[in-house]
Amino acid sequence: MKAKRFLSLVSVALLLCSTAYSYDLGDVVSDFTLKNVDGKMVSLSDYGSSGKGVIVIFDCNTCPYSKAYNQRIIDLHKKYAGLGYPVITINANDPGASPGDSFAEMVSVARKKNYAFPYLVDESQEVARKFGASNTPHVFVLKKEEKMFRVTYIGTIDNNSRDAASATRKYVEDAVDALLANKPVTTNRTKAIGCGIKWRS
Amino acid sequence: MTASVSRFSIMFFFLTQLQLAVAQQARIVKFEIIEALINDRSQGIQIINFWATWCAPCVKELPLFGQLQQKKDSSLMITLVSLDFADQIARVNTFIRRKDIQSEVLLLDEIDYNSWIDKVDSGWEGAIPATLFINRKTGRRKFVDKELKEGEIESIISELRE
Repeated sequence: MKAKRFLSLVSVALLLCSTAYSYDLGDVVSDFTLKNVDGKMVSLSDYGSSGKGVIVIFDCNTCPYSKAYNQRIIDLHKKYAGLGYPVITINANDPGASPGDSFAEMVSVARKKNYAFPYLVDESQEVARKFGASNTPHVFVLKKEEKMFRVTYIGTIDNNSRDAASATRKYVEDAVDALLANKPVTTNRTKAIGCGIKWRS
Repeated sequence: MTASVSRFSIMFFFLTQLQLAVAQQARIVKFEIIEALINDRSQGIQIINFWATWCAPCVKELPLFGQLQQKKDSSLMITLVSLDFADQIARVNTFIRRKDIQSEVLLLDEIDYNSWIDKVDSGWEGAIPATLFINRKTGRRKFVDKELKEGEIESIISELRE
């Protein structure tokens, strides 16, 4: 009984910790450095000297939703990199659980799709945990203030994963457009059905 | 005349039963059907599992619901809600046949997830598998947004029955 109570206390404590450590809207993101598909290291702080923010997307090779959204992610970068909001994609899936998400497979996808933005591997899964990313694709729009990056939108790309042309709400575009116009982001949090990130067990 | 009608209806009944036994099919539904299941305050335990054919951990845990269905416990209602795209219905039906799934399968055709996801559970971030357990009578519920392990379903059910 005592052991049971202790265990439940521990699990509550763990739960509190995990909530406390993941970012919420308005939080300032700490810097991270991860390996890109070209072998070079990329840090969030690399984006500190130019631009207005970044669109961080936790993504992967294998999830049907990631595949459905792949072209839309490429288009987001095309549309917004020049306006100061480039895309950074991060794959946190454990390749042990999802072999299609190995680094070699990431390199091949980025090459085939001609990625003009980083596709980073989050091998320790620490960045994904810190962001509180749960799905792929899972978007975090970060607004730059001085050299700090603040979370201003968390969620899905739009409201029709199956068909881009049928989407009637483009949440990420609306958020970035509002930021570029110095207006508040009206819908700053959405959810999406997606593949859960494959956590290391 | 009446004899042939009744013979026909017996045969019809037999054929439909046969079809039910042979080929379970997914039914395409809108969220109001799921909402009605969630809000049903009659008797028993309602289990609603959200899954998809493309989701490996979902496919892995489905046999656990199959084992439960095999027990033919009339106080347990198991509904498997597929989140495959509606145009993938053939794929879902093939999957049902291949895995010999006996539980009811609904394919939820609601692409604008944000219009309904919070009505299942406000804490759900959208990753599947996810399972909602409801004691229909008391309204007590338990939502699990990860893969269920062997024995976990049973302990949640008995917890809700207390």
